[in-house]
Amino acid sequence: MSFTELFSLALGAILLENFVLVKFLGCCPFLGVSKKTETALGMGLAVMFVMTVASAVTYLVNKYILLTFDLGYMQTVAFILIIASLVQFVEMFLMKSMPSLYQALGIYLPLITTNCAVLGVALLNVQNNLNFIGSVVYGFSAAAGFTLAIVLFASVRERLEFSECPPSFEGFPIALVSASLLAMAFMGFQGLKIF
Amino acid sequence: MKNFLRQLYEGLFTNNPVLVQLIGMCPTLATTTSLENGFGMGMAATAVLICSNVVISLLRKLIPSKVRIAAYITIIAGFVTAVDLLMQAYLPDLSKSLGLFIPLIVVNCIILARAEAFASKNKVIPSLVDGLAMGLGFTFALCILSTIREILGAGTLLGHPLFGDNFQPAIMMILPAGGFLTLGFVIALFQKILKKKGA
Repeated sequence: MSFTELFSLALGAILLENFVLVKFLGCCPFLGVSKKTETALGMGLAVMFVMTVASAVTYLVNKYILLTFDLGYMQTVAFILIIASLVQFVEMFLMKSMPSLYQALGIYLPLITTNCAVLGVALLNVQNNLNFIGSVVYGFSAAAGFTLAIVLFASVRERLEFSECPPSFEGFPIALVSASLLAMAFMGFQGLKIF
Repeated sequence: MKNFLRQLYEGLFTNNPVLVQLIGMCPTLATTTSLENGFGMGMAATAVLICSNVVISLLRKLIPSKVRIAAYITIIAGFVTAVDLLMQAYLPDLSKSLGLFIPLIVVNCIILARAEAFASKNKVIPSLVDGLAMGLGFTFALCILSTIREILGAGTLLGHPLFGDNFQPAIMMILPAGGFLTLGFVIALFQKILKKKGA
């Protein structure tokens, strides 16, 4: 894939088709761990790492094991197992070699297994017939889009804590309404086209 | 029997997975653009939830607790693959419009949450009822959301036009922004109703 193709793929994944706000992938952590900007950023970075590596590994497994032995129907099972063990591996690796980072990310790491953005990106890579570099770039930029959305949303929610709203809307509902405004803002990127 | 009715009531209303427990947001937001899609997604997830709850409850004494999450996910993934292939064969249109979100039932937090919180600790029959109750609660929430969004966003219900030719649908409602907005209002309404009942 040429550089311009990769660039438009990355830009598309971050802005035009933002995973959270346009494709609805990874909504659970988006709504669950966005109460503070710092934790949101930590979650974003952990997801970025796992999604990039998961894209690479699932591509290789799909191409050289599943397709070679005609086991396409095992995709979902194989991918989720790869992601679960990858997350476990990352957790153990960080615990040994980078304890400070491990402490910072600690509780978010196991949550990434059930983040549907990770499995989603693995399945989308196969659906869109991306090659190896394309898959890795797509995985990384989709995660960057996720991080962008969750950090933006967390900073909005921090302000929301101190604002008054109708009692039935307190907490979650008002957060959803602000997420809707954020999604509307991202709709503005739809007109953006480079080529 | 009374217990089962109470479990059903809890799953549908007082402990509804989407509207009260606030889990399983991705499919809730993504597939409720029309009532048909919402109902289809709800039924697919219910089928997986019942099967996985039953199997996990049967195996609850055999699975070592250290690898339980991986074991649960494998069981769930097996059922999801079965549902995915069945839908591709018998309901190809619905399968196409739900697309990516059928394989993604694997990572639906509701299913793993019920496996961990209920099926791994209870006998088979209560687990089956729990799966049914939570699945129906999920479907119920999806149907409410998708009805609102389809009527306002497309001016139709189950594909039949409801208004005259002059009706201009608010397309925003079937776009992502409308999804967040509708869910916010429905949860607010639900909180109000539950508060009134509690008081």
